[in-house]
Amino acid sequence: MNIDELYQTIILDHYREKHHVGLREPFDAQVHHVNPSCGDELTLRVHVDGDVIQDVSYEGVGCSISQASTSVMTDLVIGKGVEHSMGLYDDFLEMMHSKGKIVPDEERFEDAIAFAGVSKFPARVKCALLSWSALRDAVGQTSDKES
Amino acid sequence: MLDVEKTRQDFPILGRMSGEYPLVYLDSANTSQKPQAVIDAISEHYSQHNANVARAMHMLGAEATEGFEGARSTIARFIGAARDEEVVFTKNASEALNLAANALGASLKPGDEVVISVMEHHSNIVPWQMVCERTGATLRWFDITDEGRLDLEAAERDHLINERTRIVSLTSVSNVLGTHNPVTDIARQAHAVGARMVVDASQSVPHAVTDVSTLGADILCFTGHKMCGPTGIGVLWGRYDLLETLPPFLGGGEMIEVVEMSHSTFAPPPYRFEAGTPPIAQAVGLGAAVDYLTGVGMQNIAAHEARMTQYALDKLTSIDGLVVLGPTQAEDRGSAISFNLGDVHPHDVMQVLDSRGIAIRGGHHCARPLHRRLGHQSSTRASSYLYTTASEIDALADALVFTRNYFAPKFKQG
Repeated sequence: MNIDELYQTIILDHYREKHHVGLREPFDAQVHHVNPSCGDELTLRVHVDGDVIQDVSYEGVGCSISQASTSVMTDLVIGKGVEHSMGLYDDFLEMMHSKGKIVPDEERFEDAIAFAGVSKFPARVKCALLSWSALRDAVGQTSDKES
Repeated sequence: MLDVEKTRQDFPILGRMSGEYPLVYLDSANTSQKPQAVIDAISEHYSQHNANVARAMHMLGAEATEGFEGARSTIARFIGAARDEEVVFTKNASEALNLAANALGASLKPGDEVVISVMEHHSNIVPWQMVCERTGATLRWFDITDEGRLDLEAAERDHLINERTRIVSLTSVSNVLGTHNPVTDIARQAHAVGARMVVDASQSVPHAVTDVSTLGADILCFTGHKMCGPTGIGVLWGRYDLLETLPPFLGGGEMIEVVEMSHSTFAPPPYRFEAGTPPIAQAVGLGAAVDYLTGVGMQNIAAHEARMTQYALDKLTSIDGLVVLGPTQAEDRGSAISFNLGDVHPHDVMQVLDSRGIAIRGGHHCARPLHRRLGHQSSTRASSYLYTTASEIDALADALVFTRNYFAPKFKQG
């Protein structure tokens, strides 16, 4: 298996220089997600104002795939609507479970298209999904508070 | 002296390719590969002798029972047991340790203490946590030194083993650090206060001579699949006079004497602890594995591994940016070597090595408290066995340099 297919330049760039890293105020929900098999951990906060995700901040330890995925995810959802972001989550999840069959739309996914290659490595899919699951959990908690 | 090239011929899987690379299997502390003799023994059992044991009275039942009980004798001799009935078959070392914790722990009460160590595998932590929670006993543990050896001074200062101690359960060799623990000395301390000594020998029985008659343990647990045997079989050895006094752990067929609707009486050891149809073919396979290891010679295996471990430690510690967890000399040390490579996450190390045909393990190796104690989130582990060659260690070292440069380009200039 060619590892360059897994570790695309986009992924290595985000891993070396993470976007939006660090825990910030204000926030409406904070979650802590772990990947028990490898010990990766992520603390993630969201600040939602009305229907818009105003900020996603985080701290964590993990492999390049999980760290890069978190960085890319924050680029995609900060400043975007909750509904749009949850739609992206659904589509990202579907892509990651497609074993490389789904070719993502670059307009919509931007840097996240790089993770299409990761979906061919089943053992690493959960690394790419850690931050997205944390985001959905945190956003879910903010909407629970409102209702 | 062990002829490693000849030994490798006995393991068909070692001839496999991984793409264009020959397979380099350095994950034997996780599970070992199997020699043809073991594969053949299992195949012959199923193709010629398969039946249930003990309760089947026909010809095949007798043959299967002979195979199963023969394996018990072989294993008893291999570890220096006084009698075959001291060998109890379980499904793995975890089940053996759970059996020990439940049977020995049945008489624990509040105020009693159980002592383990921070370097234990989760399977020698969690069963004791569970039994302490249930009985109100207190769980205490040995800390380690920064070099990764048991902190015996601190233990003495804190009176870790004292008149309240009922059970001490320790690993003989750490699955992460490779450290050999002074089990016999600690058993003496445990016995001096009337406590029982349990030893998790999963990482030592496969690699060196084991003699329970001098070790000092009251109970010894290990697993078959790390010593060239199949998965699905583990062993609990216990002194017969102790086993005789212990209550059963799992109830069911084969472990009883008389069953009434209101109560039952139980069979003597080892059957008291072997409820249900046991892992028959697996026992036969493990017996064949022990015969194989005995044929090669445990002393030869230990000597070969000590050479490989020193060679690997020298190679790995010379890589800029690589930190070994645990002792960096092969003395009193097993063949598992855990390390971290700069800031590169173990899963990334594992992935790049896998792409070059090298199988190692990345993660916390079922020893999260130990990693916490050492200030590492996880680690990468390379572990060798009787079939490991120096050129495989060279391939590992080359691949690690490649991996480091792949993720941290700053090293390329250096």
